[in-house]
Order: sequence, then C-alpha cells, then structure tokens
Amino acid sequence: MLETIGVDSIERLFDEIPDGLRCGELNAIPEGMSEMDVGRLMDARARQDGVAVCFIGAGAYDHHIPAAVWQLATRGEFYTAYTPYQAEASQGTLQLLYEYQSMMTALTAMDVSNASLYDGASALAEAVLMAVRANRKSKSRRVLMPRTVHPHYRRVVRSIVRNQGIELVELPFDPEGGHASPEALAVHAGEDFAAVVVPQANFFGVLEEVDLLTDWAHANKALSIALINPVAVALLAPPGEWGEQGADICCGEGQPLGAPLSSGGPYFGFLCCRKALVRQMPGRIIGATLDLDGKPGYTLTLQAREQHIRRSKATSNICTNQGLMVTAATIHMALLGPDGLERVAAACYDNTAWLVESLSRLPGVEPRFDRPVFHERVIQLPVVAKGVLRALAAHNLLAGLDLSRDYPELGDGCILTCATERRTRNEMESLVTKLERVLSLQGGAPCQLQPKDW
Amino acid sequence: MSLIYQHSRPGRRAPAQAPLLKGETGAIPERFKRRKRAALPELSEMQVVRHYTRLSQKNFSIDTHFYPLGSCTMKYNPRGGNQLAMLPGFLARHPEAPESHSQGFMACMYELQEILKEVTGMQAVSLSPAAGAQGEFAGVAMIRAYHESRGDAARREILVPDAAHGTNPASAVMCGYEVREIPTGANGDVDVAALREVLGPQTAGIMLTNPSTLGVFDRRISEIASLMHEAGGLLYYDGANLNAILGKVRPGDMGFDVIHMNLHKTFSTPHGGGGPGAGPVGVSQRLQPYLPVPMVGRDGDDYCWLTESDCPESIGRLSAFAGNAGVLLRAYVYARMLGREGMPRVADFSTLNANYLLKRLQSLGYEAAYPERRATHEFIITLRRQAKQLGVNTMDFAKRLLDYGFHAPTTYFPLLIAECLLIEPTETEDKETLDAFLEVMGKILEEANREPELLKGAPHTLPVKRLDDVRAARELDLAWSPAKDG
Repeated sequence: MLETIGVDSIERLFDEIPDGLRCGELNAIPEGMSEMDVGRLMDARARQDGVAVCFIGAGAYDHHIPAAVWQLATRGEFYTAYTPYQAEASQGTLQLLYEYQSMMTALTAMDVSNASLYDGASALAEAVLMAVRANRKSKSRRVLMPRTVHPHYRRVVRSIVRNQGIELVELPFDPEGGHASPEALAVHAGEDFAAVVVPQANFFGVLEEVDLLTDWAHANKALSIALINPVAVALLAPPGEWGEQGADICCGEGQPLGAPLSSGGPYFGFLCCRKALVRQMPGRIIGATLDLDGKPGYTLTLQAREQHIRRSKATSNICTNQGLMVTAATIHMALLGPDGLERVAAACYDNTAWLVESLSRLPGVEPRFDRPVFHERVIQLPVVAKGVLRALAAHNLLAGLDLSRDYPELGDGCILTCATERRTRNEMESLVTKLERVLSLQGGAPCQLQPKDW
Repeated sequence: MSLIYQHSRPGRRAPAQAPLLKGETGAIPERFKRRKRAALPELSEMQVVRHYTRLSQKNFSIDTHFYPLGSCTMKYNPRGGNQLAMLPGFLARHPEAPESHSQGFMACMYELQEILKEVTGMQAVSLSPAAGAQGEFAGVAMIRAYHESRGDAARREILVPDAAHGTNPASAVMCGYEVREIPTGANGDVDVAALREVLGPQTAGIMLTNPSTLGVFDRRISEIASLMHEAGGLLYYDGANLNAILGKVRPGDMGFDVIHMNLHKTFSTPHGGGGPGAGPVGVSQRLQPYLPVPMVGRDGDDYCWLTESDCPESIGRLSAFAGNAGVLLRAYVYARMLGREGMPRVADFSTLNANYLLKRLQSLGYEAAYPERRATHEFIITLRRQAKQLGVNTMDFAKRLLDYGFHAPTTYFPLLIAECLLIEPTETEDKETLDAFLEVMGKILEEANREPELLKGAPHTLPVKRLDDVRAARELDLAWSPAKDG
C-alpha cells in the first residue's frame, strides 16, 4: 500500500502537520487491555454498584422490558447502521421510524410525530423554541412554566433557550393539591405568552387540570405544550383531546417505552404536534413515498428545515435522533399493544396506590398532596428525609427522591416515591417494615449499616 | 414490505409481555381518563419478532457492508463494548441513585474524562452533551459565557468556514450569535488573508474542523490561533475528524480553547440508525468554570457528582440526567482496549487506507479535489467532468454503488466542491475490502461511459428503486392510519 501511495513509511503521511505541533506518548492513558481483562474490570464495577430495589421514579421508571426488545434492537443491521441518508439502503430503519411516528401519534392523539430528540428535557426545550417560532397570534418570547415541571427539565430548558432571549415565567403550585395553582394562573390572564407548558402527570405525580390549562392557553393566544409520560397516557386522556381544541405540541421522555434506567441515558425525547406546525418542528421526520416503479417506500422528508440544508436558518442544530432507542421503543409498543400498555399503566397505578396506603399507616407518614396521582406520590415523613433514605439505602432499598434540594418550601421531610409494575408485594412490604424500623430508631442509636460514602 | 399495522388483528395479544393481573384504576376521576384506546397494533410475539427481523435485513450496516461515509467515521463497533455496557448492574442503576450505590459507574466516567483530557490536550472534560451538535451548542455557549463574564458584550459574531458542517452555524445561532462565513483558499486551507479582514472587537470566536471537511490538515492552524487570540476571540474545535489525528497531534496543542468529540465516531460507539451519540466537551483553563453539569469529581478515594451548586458559573444542564451514559460506557471500554499505544494506530491506519484509496482512484481516472495535498483519514473526489460530459451526477454514482453492495460515500458535502464524494474508509477495513471497492468504482466508471442509463436508474437490486423525495415532501404522509388501508 505504501508503494502505491509512493511513500516509504506511514509516518510520511503526516508530513503536512507542522513538526512543532506533534504530541508525544499519551502517558496518562493506560496501556491497552484484552476484552477479557476489560470484561473483568467492568464486571467488578457493575457488581460494586449492586442492584438495589428501586422506588425512585422522578423522570426515569423501572419497567419490564420484553426479552425480544433488545435482542432485536442490537442486531447488527439496526445497531451499526448510520442515519438513513441513502434511503434505498435503509428501508429497515426508515420503515421502523415511520411505524414509530404512527404509534406515537396514535398514543398522543396528535397529527404528526418526529423521529425523536435526545431526551425528555431537551425535547421540552425544543418544544419551547418551536412554540415561540410557530405562534402566529403572539410575538411574545415569554413562556409560562409551572413549578410542577421536573426541576431538571426546567434547568435544561433554561440552559438551552436563555441565549435566545426567551423568558420562562414560573407558575407556582397549590400547596394543598400539588397542581398548578388556578389562582396564580388567573393573575396572568390577558398577559402575552407564546406558550404554556402543561405537564401530565406533573413531577409530583399529581394529575393536572389539563383541560382547563389548555383552554386557558388558547384563550390567551398562547400555544399549549403538553409534557406527558407515554405509559400514563395509555390510561389518561391524550393531549390531542385536552380542552376544546387539544394541545398544539406534545413532548416527553420516551424512556418508559423500552429503555433501561442505565444511569439516565441513552433515552429519547418524543415530539408531536398539530399538522399545521410541522414545518416548525425540529429533528428528523420520515415520510412515505413511492419509488420509480410506484412501489411504497420511506425517506427522510421536510429536510429543508434542517441544519445540513438551511445551516444558520435551520429550526434546530440537531442532526441525529436517538435511532436505536426508538427502535427499541417501537418493538416495545408492538409487543405490548394497546391492551399491554394499559395493563402496565394500571399495574403501576395500583402498586403505587397500595404502597402509599401501607406507608400511610405508619405513624407520622402521610401523602403530602390530596389530589389524584398517577404512579408517583410525595410522602411526608415525620423526620428529616435524608437520614431515612440513607439508612434504607444501606438495606439496598432506594425509597424515593429527597425533595428538599429542589423544593425547599416542602421542608426537609418529603420524598417522591414510585412503585412501577416491577415492584412486588414482598418488596413493598419490605419497604414498609424497614421504614417503620428506621423511624422508630430515629432519635435512638443510629443505624449500624451506613454506607461510607453517601 | 407490509407495515406492522397490516399484521394486526383486533383482540390479538402477546399476553406474557404485560402484567397478567389488571390493576384497579377505578379511583381515577373520569375527567382525567382516556376514553378510546390508542390505535397501536395488536400482535403475537412471534409476529413482532419476525416483522422486525425482516425489516432489519433491509438495512445496510457496518456489520454487513463497507460504509465509506466521509465525515461519519463508520468503523467497526466492538461487540465487547455492547455486552459490558449492558451488564445488569449498569442497566439497573437509577440516575438518582445515591453516590454510595454508584461508585463503579462513576469510576468509569471519571477515567473516561481523564482519557479524553489527555488525548485532546485539554484541561477539563464534561461528558454530558448527548451528541456532537449538543457538544457544539455547549462549546459556543461557553465562549459566550466567557465573554459575558468579562463584560465584553460587543462580541456578537462567530466565524465559520464555508466548508463547515451545517451544525456549526446552526449551533452558533442557537447561542444567539450572528454567523459570518469565511472562504477557503484554493489549496484547501482557510484563507488567512480573508480571516484577518473580518477579525475585530465583534469577533467572539471561530469554529474549525482540523483536518477540515475537505480532508486536509490546515497547515496554518497556529497562525490562525494567534490571530484569533490577539483579536480577543476564542477557537472552537469541531471534533468530527479527530480520528485522523488521534495520538498524533492534539487540539489543545494547536491552540484551541474548546472542543467537542463525537464518541460515536472516534470512540466507535454504534450509530444505531441515527443515534444515540455522545458529544463530550473539553476546555482550556479559562473556560473550565463554564463546563456543562453534571461531571464526576473526586473526593479522596470517592467519586462525587459535580452539579449546579458546585459549578455556579456553568452554562447549566443539557439533559435531565448525565447524558448518554450507556454510550459513554461503550466508549470507555473501547478506549481501555485501545490503550495509549492503540490511539496513534487509529490515525496511522485510517490515514493509510484513505491515501491508498485516493491514489488508486486517481489511477482509475477519478479526479481528486486537492491532488497536490496529502489525504488525511478522508478525501474528496469530484465528478464534475462526468456530470458535464456524460450527464451522470454524483447521486447516480452513489446509487449504483449500492447495487454492488457498498454503502455510498457522503455526497454533495462539503457544499463548495461541485459533484463531490467524500470518502472515509476508516482503519478497520482490510486491503481486500478496499480493493473490492476499487474494482467496483472502476466498473461504474466504465458503465458511466458505456451505458449511463444504468447509473441513472440505479439502484436496481435493493428492496425499493430510487424514491421520490419530492412527492414525500409535497404529499406529506407521516403516519399510518386505519383509513389508509381502506
């Protein structure tokens, strides 16, 4: 090969790089390892973290994933394909994405879906940017964001939109109900907003009055952005049917549809909208078309919105979707079907209701808000939550998320707890028993089983 | 091929896939409830498995085909990375699990940060951006945060070469900047004279890829860095082509202040049909306070999360949790298998393969866009002569390649070279595969001369013939509905 090129060494091929710039040995990088040795290292590290019984939800949910989902998704033909730019050589991925779009529009009762974004939080940020671009009735760059939206999502939206002069106006929650406060909403009547974000269920698990919020948005010339859990919507009214006209844009975290918890990613964000807004939608979109012989096929479409064509005028800088995660989600939805997905949602609801009722029998433990929830609930403990969670973690029980960091107004005794369909009666009983013991020990001797590095 | 919906029958189920007991939901008030079931397909497990197995067989992929897609670095994805990232302990870890239950995972992330620092010559790394474009956004947002922290509000402009990826200008605009394009000189390097003219107190920075998207190393990079720094602007490195220089030259040593890496390219994590990727960012000392959170820090023997409260000047959070953790684990496994001695080997063999292909394509009669330049890990040929004389364009060549079982190179990018193919073989292909590709390229050139219709009608052997993109955009059909099947 060197002879063909006409050089005497590989090193000569780098002769256009100025000598002074060349680096030496990369001493801080360890020497190479065999697959067996890396395997041993990774195995030890994975085992070190253990597999705890997880009652944390808060945006990532521990659902059963059918065996076929990842066996199919990791087939080399899906796993190692690129973005389907050469449509004729990518009909597998393209048809699958078209099926995904079809399933998402069915689930949300919206007209169109894109082929996915990075995660739920970045999907919300893109939905906000899209709404500001798309709202023809209002030139406002203000967006009403309930405090009941996931705190990390609100942070991500702020990071992504703040350099474009968009203002996020916080809508407080009702201290009794844990839902977006109708009184606070009334204060803003008549003000100019580009959009209102409507979460269902909200971060506390509480069901919002989505019809009222959607109609309020439209009455105030704002677009309505639904932020939903895709499993919950098997049981709850889909955004396309909220209020008089339905939501305009719908987004959320796709993880509950077949993605493992996996430390927070990769997941995928979904984004759906009314047909009239499709040209303002960011991200890949797949369309059905015909080939030269009139045979149906699938291709990337509306690419004139995208960065590789429009460059600085694109709807977004995004140039990928989360293809593999959507592959898994599509197979996941096909395996569950409408009945299966509804069963998963109902089992989560039922489990959480049972757990909350059992926990509430312990002295001083009670649900914090009084309104209906889906599969998560804020639990008020009679003592500081941090120490209780730590003691339970020492028993490999992750009892919930301490809310004191993100919601100081709730005090330091509130946790957000979730029991998906995967939690067994035994596991839930064990949580109740251990919590009872930990609470009875509070004020007495501290638990002996403390992890050293909390 | 029929859609999954066309196999669906009312009432059909895969009962073992969902909870057997129906949960009690009577307490949910009616006004919140769904009234009509979602129109998802109703199928047996076997139908689903067969349908998606068959669909997968309609794809080209690295595991099945040579994929010389320029600027995309379609190298082999070691299977070990997949298996080890999917160990139960990693899959089951909740993103909000306490640090006490996360030390193994965090050790991997911390060490990956350290490896990426060393190989790029940067001072600090954040792994959180979910893809290259998000890394670009983070990088430009940090440049903005830096200027703002110094009260320098006049810097409104980001410079981008005309050969840049489309994401560069789009990312700059998302950060609230105006974009000014700078031209490329005839030899493929940035036109330094033109750069000098546009530098000024309004310049926030420049986004560069080096080697550039033209497949050549910009020899005047140090001079460009000095000019930019003298003008008070910063340099952004688009890591799309890091594969070409891994272990040879480091962006930090070239004078760059911020860089994003595409781990799905250089660190061989799978492309998954369009994602997920991972786009970590590295910075020089002056940008360190602005890195996106969360990151993994070290406290004695323990690893700890660095979040908003630890990094008050951070540009913030870009995804709900810590980015595409599973992708990062795969990249970590790859980096550990390569090791320090393997990294320059990546650059060696990807460059060798590219230069070999270029030389032999030239002897077949293909025209190089920059014949006097050394190819890096990729190069451009232009088919402008064939387009003019034979009436066959680059897309026709690309589609004909598919017929012969090779994925097409990148077409019509960069935009400034007419009728171009950007070809990147990567280091993982053997000589026999490159020779087979060359043989086909020779054959297609012959066909173009003898029987151009063969190219214009291509592909002939794939599941579908050439698709009507115009129809797809004009008669939008983005989702199946029962009405469509009559």
